[in-house]
Amino acid sequence: MEKRELTCICCPLGCQLTVQIDENIVQNISGYTCNRGRIYAEKEVTNPTRIVTSTVRVIGGEKPQVSVKTKEDIPKSKIFDVVRALKYIEIEAPVKIGDIIEEDIAGTGVAIVVTSNNCDCNIR
Amino acid sequence: MKAYDIVVIGGGPAGLAAATSAKENGCDSILILERDKELGGILNQCIHNGFGLHTFKEELTGPEYAGGFIDRVNELEIEYKLNTMVMDISRDKVITAMNSEDGLFEIQAKAIILCMGCRERARGALNIPGYRPAGIFSAGTAQRLVNMEGYLPGREVVILGSGDIGLIMARRMTLEGAKVKLVAELMPYSGGLKRNIVQCLDDFGIPLKLSHTVVDIDGKERLKGVTIAAVDENGRPIHGTEEYISCDTLLLSVGLIPENELSNGLGIEMDKVTNGPAVNESLETSLEGVFACGNVLHVHDLVDYVSEEAKIAGENAVRYVSGQYAESTEKLVNIVPENGVRYTVPKFIRTENMPENLTVRFRVGGVVKDCYISTYFDDICVMRKKRPVVAPGEMEEVKIARDLLNQNPDLKQITIRIEKE
Amino acid sequence: MYDVIIIGGGVSGAASARELSRYKAKICLLEKCEDVCCGTSKANSAIVHAGYDAVNGSLMAKLNVRGNNLMEQLSKDLDFPFKRIGSLVVCRSEDGIYELEKLLENGKKNGVKGLKILNQQEAREMEPNISDDVVAALYAPTAGIVCPFNLNIALAENAYENGVEFRFNTEVQEIKKNGDIFDVYTNRGIYQTRYIVNAAGVYADKFHNMVSGNKIHITARSGEYCLLDRKAGKHVNRTIFSLPGKYGKGILVTPTVHGNLLLGPTAHDISDKEATNTTRESLDEVVKKAGLNVKNLPIREVITSFTGLRAHEDKHEFIIGEVEDCKGFIDCAGIESPGLTSAPAIGEMVADILKDLMGLELKENFKATRKGILDPMELSVEERKELIKRNPAYGNIICRCESITEGQILDAIHRALGAKSLDGVKRRTRAGMGRCQAGFCSPRTMEILARELNIPMSEITKSGGESRLILGKNKDKL
Repeated sequence: MEKRELTCICCPLGCQLTVQIDENIVQNISGYTCNRGRIYAEKEVTNPTRIVTSTVRVIGGEKPQVSVKTKEDIPKSKIFDVVRALKYIEIEAPVKIGDIIEEDIAGTGVAIVVTSNNCDCNIR
Repeated sequence: MKAYDIVVIGGGPAGLAAATSAKENGCDSILILERDKELGGILNQCIHNGFGLHTFKEELTGPEYAGGFIDRVNELEIEYKLNTMVMDISRDKVITAMNSEDGLFEIQAKAIILCMGCRERARGALNIPGYRPAGIFSAGTAQRLVNMEGYLPGREVVILGSGDIGLIMARRMTLEGAKVKLVAELMPYSGGLKRNIVQCLDDFGIPLKLSHTVVDIDGKERLKGVTIAAVDENGRPIHGTEEYISCDTLLLSVGLIPENELSNGLGIEMDKVTNGPAVNESLETSLEGVFACGNVLHVHDLVDYVSEEAKIAGENAVRYVSGQYAESTEKLVNIVPENGVRYTVPKFIRTENMPENLTVRFRVGGVVKDCYISTYFDDICVMRKKRPVVAPGEMEEVKIARDLLNQNPDLKQITIRIEKE
Repeated sequence: MYDVIIIGGGVSGAASARELSRYKAKICLLEKCEDVCCGTSKANSAIVHAGYDAVNGSLMAKLNVRGNNLMEQLSKDLDFPFKRIGSLVVCRSEDGIYELEKLLENGKKNGVKGLKILNQQEAREMEPNISDDVVAALYAPTAGIVCPFNLNIALAENAYENGVEFRFNTEVQEIKKNGDIFDVYTNRGIYQTRYIVNAAGVYADKFHNMVSGNKIHITARSGEYCLLDRKAGKHVNRTIFSLPGKYGKGILVTPTVHGNLLLGPTAHDISDKEATNTTRESLDEVVKKAGLNVKNLPIREVITSFTGLRAHEDKHEFIIGEVEDCKGFIDCAGIESPGLTSAPAIGEMVADILKDLMGLELKENFKATRKGILDPMELSVEERKELIKRNPAYGNIICRCESITEGQILDAIHRALGAKSLDGVKRRTRAGMGRCQAGFCSPRTMEILARELNIPMSEITKSGGESRLILGKNKDKL
């Protein structure tokens, strides 16, 4: 039986979680204060995932780039694949919060969502 | 001179929440003055997620969180002026401001809400010895360059200070292709949220050295490296522990200072611990009709609490403008921080104006495990809240009910303490 | 072919250039950095000394008092900040009073006016924050404070306007004399000239020794300072000195012309003439020693610390004049404190020497005045409104701490010998010199520099050379 100590990242509380694993199967989870924490703990020891936030270049906008995020969490091991894929995405202004600019980033099946506004610099 | 009922100084998270709350509470004459070219304040450059779990019940990025409030400001048709710097506020609430379009102009306000936020401590404040090359940035400056402009200030990075901005920037720089070699923290604990240590440092194998600081800076033109050393319990470097780390960039995340130049100019009473105005239960400063909320009042850990606080400031400003305030009398109850509690906001209560439930926010001076937050009415403990751990990086609060206060008419002082068992 | 080449764009070189520009001559100033005022002239106490401590009969004494006399009119002609606030030399023991009397006598001989010994009570009335154990003080009403950057820059701009050429990023590597002509080898080619003014600060010995058999030796003597926020600027009203010691005037406490409080300098001889680093020990020493003469110093208000290098000549005397065994080579060496004070007089003296040697004639069209960068804070409200209407850039604040507008920054960039870097803008306008130390305004100032100079952000530097601020773009190496 293996025991792993984790800090929950779901919210700023940062609960200290303890997960007991036996041959890759989660036996017991303790220390969480909400259900999100329990799910996080289970995922973190089996298939850890993260939301990735970054920027992509914008053409013709009032600002040179716009902030984006993965719509859902992606496997932790794919973080760099995602940002490398974002390197080659270039979008045209205007873009606004909530716009989907890529349906499936780096083969994760997860979309990329714009998280800030960037108007067309010609129509303000 | 133009006149408004309420003028909000600053269009960041505090200002946006204060203005929308004032409008929702029935005030139609509101103006927000913002010095940047857009509303939203520092949130615009905080593109990471983790905002708004309390306010919007979902996890948002900074610009999305701000966007929600900005939409609301527009829906409510609240007036605002961008690129506008407030130069001075007089005690009779005349605001002198400036921008390129209107020039230098004055506005008469009935009530003012101070929402100027805070700024980062600079290298000078730490008096770090060494050279003064290019490549030393405050974490927030680097954040702006990377997140707003797309420029990488450097490729090999050391970060001094484990405040949240420092931790967040460790991840941001890494994801944009820089190598973050180390985060050094003077204190024996991190000043940031635990979740940020996990997802910003641990995820990328970035070492965090607690009780360490930068003792020398090398490089005459561009930074070439820094020397770090362990520090003793008084924060003094321990001779013989020096270690040279080559890097081209040093980011400083060594604390935030409420930006109170305007408040000082107004001559309002300040709290020496928070560096913000001393306020009463209504978040009103020592000058009647001038309110303060957000990081200008005390540095917050979560923007959700800023919004909450600003909402209350907005409500109270409306009450003030519409004459619903009880005249202040001598009946004051002081709130006193003791035993590990560094300060409280508010600092005192005028019982006539006590809200149904008052949130008292504070920070502690050190990490304490398995403790209680105890609230005393004079000598009697009236509330105890068990906490597995309290830390200076995280804001704490207690809620005091008006009913409880009314049950104690002779109450002179409320004390908040951290206690073991 | 030039008539005169001046090596060094510090305050001595710039003052020499300005005074020489009164005459008909082809003059060029060579500066190894990207701007004027990049060495000793940029990091010092910014004091205009009264002149009581330089040894009577010395060139230092003469030029100090003359420089002090000239400074006020010069500040009006060239529009740079100068305030005659007076100074106190304080002593904390009865024995010291004798030293004060000696200074007073020496000062009188040097021609310093208004010197007076104050007793404890008088001193305290003047300066309530001087330390309780101060027993007496020498009051010098003619002492003042100046903006060292703008003094240096104003002199250079005025010289430029009167025809002096400036070459930046041009480092002199070798000087050879061919008959009456000097070949000046630099990283940017060879310059020929009939006369040379050697105003190279801590490197003046290097150039002197290239052409002369009578060697001189200049030591870089480092001095560390702490600068405090304007909140602390009124802690003292005048410059507070200790009794002078072996290494100079000791650690002083002074307001600056921009309302900050300055503490320092230490004095340590160093071998590396570029070692402008601060050290923990010296910064601690500054704080400790400043606290001996002035009580309750608000040390928490320190916003930056820095090191300046004095060009200390072994005999502690200014060396100004034609080198005996190399005609046409004029030294302006060993210019340490009171060098800044003396600068106007040094310029005069250098110009006089060359006028006599070369038989120079005055120009008819010499322009003696220069207009500084407009500070809108000094205007009335109405004037300011009018200014913004005419030029909206004066309504756009870039540096919040010092309330510096885009208009001022544009002026700093586009005027003669304009700013090319963040520090260049800072020294001309104070943008970035405030309590946040450019944390907020530097990205904005960088953008303005890039836009106005039409260069990419990656080429914007802090202070020229390799001091680039941006090393790449997001994801460029991923």
